[in-house]
Amino acid sequence: MTPEVLPRFRAENIRNMFRHGLITVAFCCFIATALAIAGNGSWESQMVYSLSIGTICWFVIDVGRLLLSGHKEVLWPHGLWSYGLIALGITVGFLGGNAIGDAWVGAPPLEFRNLAARKMASTIVITLVATIGMCFFFFSLGKSKHMQSQLDLAKRNATEARLKLLETQLEPHMLFNTLANLRVLITVDPPRAVAMLDRLNSYLRMTLSGSRALAHPLSAEFDRLGDYLELMSVRMGERLRYTLDLPDDLRDVPVPPLLLQPLVENSIRHGLEPKVEGGEIAVRARRNGDRLVIEVNDTGVGLDAALPSEEGGSGFGLEQVRERLATVFGERSEMRLAAAPAGGTCATLSFPLPTAAS
Amino acid sequence: MNATTTTMNATALIAEDEPLLAQALKAELAAAWPGLQIVATAGDGRSAVREALRLLPQVLFFDIRMPGLDGLGAAAELADSWPTDEAPMPQLVFVTAYDEYAARAFEAEAIDYVLKPVQSERLRKTVARLQQALAAQQQPSPSASPAVAGDALEQTLAQWRQVLTAAGAGTAPPTPASAPLRMIAASDAGGSTVRMVPIDEVLYFEAADKYLRVLTATHEYLIRTPLKQLLTQLDADTFWQVHRAVVVRSAAIESVHRDEAGKLHLTLRGRAEKIPVSRLYAHLFRAM
Repeated sequence: MTPEVLPRFRAENIRNMFRHGLITVAFCCFIATALAIAGNGSWESQMVYSLSIGTICWFVIDVGRLLLSGHKEVLWPHGLWSYGLIALGITVGFLGGNAIGDAWVGAPPLEFRNLAARKMASTIVITLVATIGMCFFFFSLGKSKHMQSQLDLAKRNATEARLKLLETQLEPHMLFNTLANLRVLITVDPPRAVAMLDRLNSYLRMTLSGSRALAHPLSAEFDRLGDYLELMSVRMGERLRYTLDLPDDLRDVPVPPLLLQPLVENSIRHGLEPKVEGGEIAVRARRNGDRLVIEVNDTGVGLDAALPSEEGGSGFGLEQVRERLATVFGERSEMRLAAAPAGGTCATLSFPLPTAAS
Repeated sequence: MNATTTTMNATALIAEDEPLLAQALKAELAAAWPGLQIVATAGDGRSAVREALRLLPQVLFFDIRMPGLDGLGAAAELADSWPTDEAPMPQLVFVTAYDEYAARAFEAEAIDYVLKPVQSERLRKTVARLQQALAAQQQPSPSASPAVAGDALEQTLAQWRQVLTAAGAGTAPPTPASAPLRMIAASDAGGSTVRMVPIDEVLYFEAADKYLRVLTATHEYLIRTPLKQLLTQLDADTFWQVHRAVVVRSAAIESVHRDEAGKLHLTLRGRAEKIPVSRLYAHLFRAM
């Protein structure tokens, strides 16, 4: 949604404006009736004064508001503009409304020298209070509507992000090719088919539930990488070789689930899959002082060849890893993507080890 | 199908990068068509082209996603380099697991393709169609004149063109139907400045490795939009695809030449270089 290009007088705004108008008219009738009952002249003349002042105020302020900021999301001008607009509306409404009222009842036109007169003063006070009150009321109404729509938008975005994450992890091409391989194995190598099915099972379980849990041990993360890489190596055969290296003392370090998954997927999808002879992936965790460092190395086609994102697939995965790191570890986390010395790509994550584990 | 066609002998090549799936397709084919001899199995597009040109099989089963050169690229390359005087153009069948867009495009164009995992029922239908096509090709026609042979070739080429266009348009994610492109934001050869190039000035586009070259009469620019994606935003009458990697402004075409080897090249007004025309698109330049 691009708020800047919205037309000022779009149907929705006009509708709101007339709704405000109706509320204003109803409120004016109420004031006029109250004043008449309180003994301030006839009901009829009070109605004329009240309605004239009210509708002019409403018209000036509402039209001015749309002119000044109808293209924005909150339909109110900022700062001094809003006070100026209300002051203008009140002045025009007060003078214009009184002129109409005076003409109706045949009273002498407004005399400014008589401003101190009781009637004058009370009209001014009522106009001021009523207009400012109404403006505040409409402003809050508009604002809460806007807040609500922002909230809905945020909710929608969050759902979309989750779906997108799921979509990248359950990439259909990967899933269907795995199933196709499984179908072959069932007839030619049943024990291997069972092993592959188990891997697929734990991979799917993790993918579908992983986005809900906050953390799991690094060893579990490495197990899931193993599942994924094993599935891929059934598919790619000789073209994929991999090593997973996790020192024993780092096994229990808690990490966000599926943190490393996108990195390994990128290595395969953008590094090894396009390469005819395939290559190697090495995932290594090590301790560096009080920090945990995880490296995902591949000998694929390399950064430069992989970057022109034809399908826009690689960007989302990396962005997501970076965001999750930042959410959990803040500024103390780091992710770097670099060309590996032996060709291919090297992704390095590092973040502080929890004090309990060190 | 009668008995003579199920026992029909033919040769085929399988291009599939996943060894198990290649093996499975081979096994399924052995059951559905015992007379079919798989002369080679290639694991990537380049070696598929090489092997096909060496062995000249009658049927090609190509996976779409393959390392190096993909199935579409391999097919386009074969279309150009196939020695049509030695062997008729082969029958082409794409095999795909889940290329969402490509499969949808094939569906829309009613093109025969095989979905992985390969199911015997579906494969049998494809086999029947292939056998029919091969039988028609081999029938000693009463007037086996060069003209008839030319017609047959033309027909196969048209078929290939249809398959490749459908799959090519299909593998590009659909771009929202928008007004034809009018300006192109391109970096110049240095890569540091972005220039706005009016589409009216562009004489041709040429895919080069990771980039797309945009050529006007005087300049060359680079963009990263893949050609197949750009094609959906170009007016089809104004810009003609003449090669897998080249799209030219039709109004700028000056002449088309055929060299001794029978290959077509065209020249554009305002550019000196000769631009290759693929056999698949040669029909655009048949003298009226």
